[in-house]
Amino acid sequence: MSDLFGELREKFRAQILRLEAGDPPVITLKREGFLEVVKFLKEQGYNHLIDLCGVDYLNFKPEKKEERFEVVYHLYSIERRELIRLKVPIPESDCWQYSLTPFWKTANWFERECYDMFGIKFKGHPDLRRILMPDDWVGYPLRKDYPLELDEEREWKVYKELKERARSS
Amino acid sequence: MEFSSQSLYAIIITAVSALVLLLVSLFHVAYLTYAERKIIARIQQRLGPNRVGPRGILQPIADVLKLIHKEDIIPSGVDRPVFAIAPLVSLVCAGTGLALIPLWQNFVLSNFNVGLLFILALSSLSAYGVILSGWASNSRYALLGGLRASAQVISYEIAMSLSLLSVVLMAGSFNLQDIVKAQLESPYKVYLIPQIIAFFIFWVSALAETNRVPFDLPEAETELVAGYFVEYSGIRFALFYLAEYFGMVVMSALAVTCFLGGYAGPFEIPGIPFFWFLIKLYFLLFIYIWIRATLPRYRYDQLMGLGWKILIPLGLVNLFMTALLKLLL
Amino acid sequence: MGLSLVEVNSKQRGASSFDEPFYINMGPQHPSTHGVLRLFLELDGETIINCDPKIGYLHRGVEKLAETLNYNQTIVLSDRLDYIASCANNTAFCLAFEKLFGLQVPRRARILRTIVNEMARISSHLLWLATHALDIGAMTVFLYCFRDREWLLNIFEKICGARLTHSYVRVGGVRQDFTLEIIEDLYKFTEVFPERVLEYETLIDVNRIWLERTKNIAVVSAEEAISLGLTGPVLRGSGVPYDVRKFRPYDAYDEVEFEVPIGKNGDVYDRYRVRMEELRQSNKIIRQCLEKLSETEGEPVLPENAPDLLIPERVREPEPKPHPKKGFIFTGKEVPVVPPGEAFASIESPKGELAVYVVSDGTNKPWRLRIRTPSFVHISALPELAKGHMIADLIAIIGTLDVVLGDSDR
Repeated sequence: MSDLFGELREKFRAQILRLEAGDPPVITLKREGFLEVVKFLKEQGYNHLIDLCGVDYLNFKPEKKEERFEVVYHLYSIERRELIRLKVPIPESDCWQYSLTPFWKTANWFERECYDMFGIKFKGHPDLRRILMPDDWVGYPLRKDYPLELDEEREWKVYKELKERARSS
Repeated sequence: MEFSSQSLYAIIITAVSALVLLLVSLFHVAYLTYAERKIIARIQQRLGPNRVGPRGILQPIADVLKLIHKEDIIPSGVDRPVFAIAPLVSLVCAGTGLALIPLWQNFVLSNFNVGLLFILALSSLSAYGVILSGWASNSRYALLGGLRASAQVISYEIAMSLSLLSVVLMAGSFNLQDIVKAQLESPYKVYLIPQIIAFFIFWVSALAETNRVPFDLPEAETELVAGYFVEYSGIRFALFYLAEYFGMVVMSALAVTCFLGGYAGPFEIPGIPFFWFLIKLYFLLFIYIWIRATLPRYRYDQLMGLGWKILIPLGLVNLFMTALLKLLL
Repeated sequence: MGLSLVEVNSKQRGASSFDEPFYINMGPQHPSTHGVLRLFLELDGETIINCDPKIGYLHRGVEKLAETLNYNQTIVLSDRLDYIASCANNTAFCLAFEKLFGLQVPRRARILRTIVNEMARISSHLLWLATHALDIGAMTVFLYCFRDREWLLNIFEKICGARLTHSYVRVGGVRQDFTLEIIEDLYKFTEVFPERVLEYETLIDVNRIWLERTKNIAVVSAEEAISLGLTGPVLRGSGVPYDVRKFRPYDAYDEVEFEVPIGKNGDVYDRYRVRMEELRQSNKIIRQCLEKLSETEGEPVLPENAPDLLIPERVREPEPKPHPKKGFIFTGKEVPVVPPGEAFASIESPKGELAVYVVSDGTNKPWRLRIRTPSFVHISALPELAKGHMIADLIAIIGTLDVVLGDSDR
């Protein structure tokens, strides 16, 4: 693990924000140049993308985060049996991230879900649309400023129509 | 033409016996569903219907009452006249065949010379019911079911005709009564022994003709939901089921007639004229049910492959061999 | 495509010319899509040109809900993910929370967890075999499998009172110990079960139609499978021996001996073989764990420092030494129960790798709870696998991926 860190530090000095050893080790990366680091890691044997998800750090108390969003990746090397976590902070005003679909086909749906839930766009994604929510849904449900229960006028319009139709008949 | 009293008498006799035959066969079909549910339940280690009457014996009657009382839904967008008539086409074509089967030496409703051909023609026609219902429903699942049915019936019809042709060749007649008689005069007594290959082909094709497992592709409930009758409800739905079970009975009766020596048995049982015929029929119907409980379903292209690559060449070879032997002996 | 539930796709209407492909909408109400999976199929005859799975019909927003519940309450939500093997989901959640809290699980609790996990695996695989066989058309296997699953569910009922949504695993351990009756029942079950597996195999294993329907269908190479993110028996069917129980052992899996069966060709048949072999291995694991249970007789199943069912937001810290008369004296200093930080745990659920990533902000509720479910990933692989196959094969493929829509939609 330490030699991987050494190599990363040497090669991608500009892209890496933070390296934390631990279980699992965490690498915080800048968005720019992110794809190169992932490519390098994949060559190093981290071939299994376990998970990809977004986290919203709006008003997160314990720690001051510079950016609102973070995209978190969990990579696993099946040969070396090692897990690492990658984090990429994403600013709210410029809300996009590079897509991993060229490297893993499974990233396709993970990124669609992340877009659906957080509104983070993925550059290079072949088919970025909503996945769990209906296509005409307004808002991104897993953002911290999205309420748990919507008030009546903000309800999904199809649902409103159905309700009205049921009432009138 | 003038009706003499004798011909009037003959007409009445025929009408009465036709009615009796219809009622008896309807009874058989109703209890075939009960038998199927019971036997499959036994095979699958459960009880089966046991609520209506002792041991659920009245279940078929309850089912019929329920289906008659149900609303007959005709969805919007269907081709109404065709939609309404398709189940009847299926049922009539499947059921009429029974009139030609010699149930007993002295009992055959309509004994005419091309009986076998007539039954084959009817069973091909019954595919029309399926295709028409698939088309008229204006539903994609039903259409796919109808397509599968037409392809299946066309390819298996050939194999079935080839297998029956060998029987015709041996008996020298298309008349079903004559075929039974020829069997009894032959040294084997039943055509099952010399024509075992033909019987195998016939049986597989019969399964396919009646859309039974493992060839129930047109109605494959896990793929096409219910295939061609997905849009039907109530009594029309019941008619399709009736047609399927009539088809089973007719095919089994045909197999009994052509391969198992018809009404003849190893010894005569006084007082019960149809005994041997019914025993053989029930045995074949049991095999139908047994297969349903055991086998998975074929895939569309595998089914076609089986029909065209195995059964039809086999049937041709069998027919050729039969002709050759008949020529030599 | 498919803007809403009410609207019919405009492409579907008015397909007049003959060379246009045939569109069919499979699901969300369809007998063999195992729930509310909707597949938008583009067909050429019966061959699938394109397949677009649409999920979300069972989306209950578990991740959002979890942010408003405290840690122990989220375990009840986890039952509803993969409702066929709820103990596995409970375990994944608890493992992540324990890592976050820094809890040590007592050995007996770990063994008990292993047992219920393997029971969940058997019950899930039995249900899979039943429905997979039924989809392909063999209806007798269905009822044979349900007979034995019934037995297992009765044991579950004795263990925790529930048959489907167990919530048996708790943060720190398990809810209660096994009684002697349960252990006896399990001994009986494990003795009979291998024969039962053989019984299912005799029903379909040498059946020619079964072989024709499953061999060389939906072949996935090892590399392709990893790229598609497939895990669990589906990945192992392609010959990759990746099993979280072996690679990152949790609970008592490092104490028991078992093999990880792998396939060769990566087709539907190999995955079927892998799962059948897993049934036997699970049985073996339960057997070994039962013997270990007698070694740990009487030990606690929940550590003393396990959090209360209702975790308070903060607790006051007592003085280090108790006062001789007044008991504890509170100094007034408040400490959070849950340390801020993040934790990741993954387990080998019956369907595949189930991973939970939890971020804590120090309160009693998770800041973010991310669940990576195997079914979600497996459905995402469906278009790749189904392309070029026929509708009947699609049914077999959905069956072989073993998807549960509650698991995929969350």
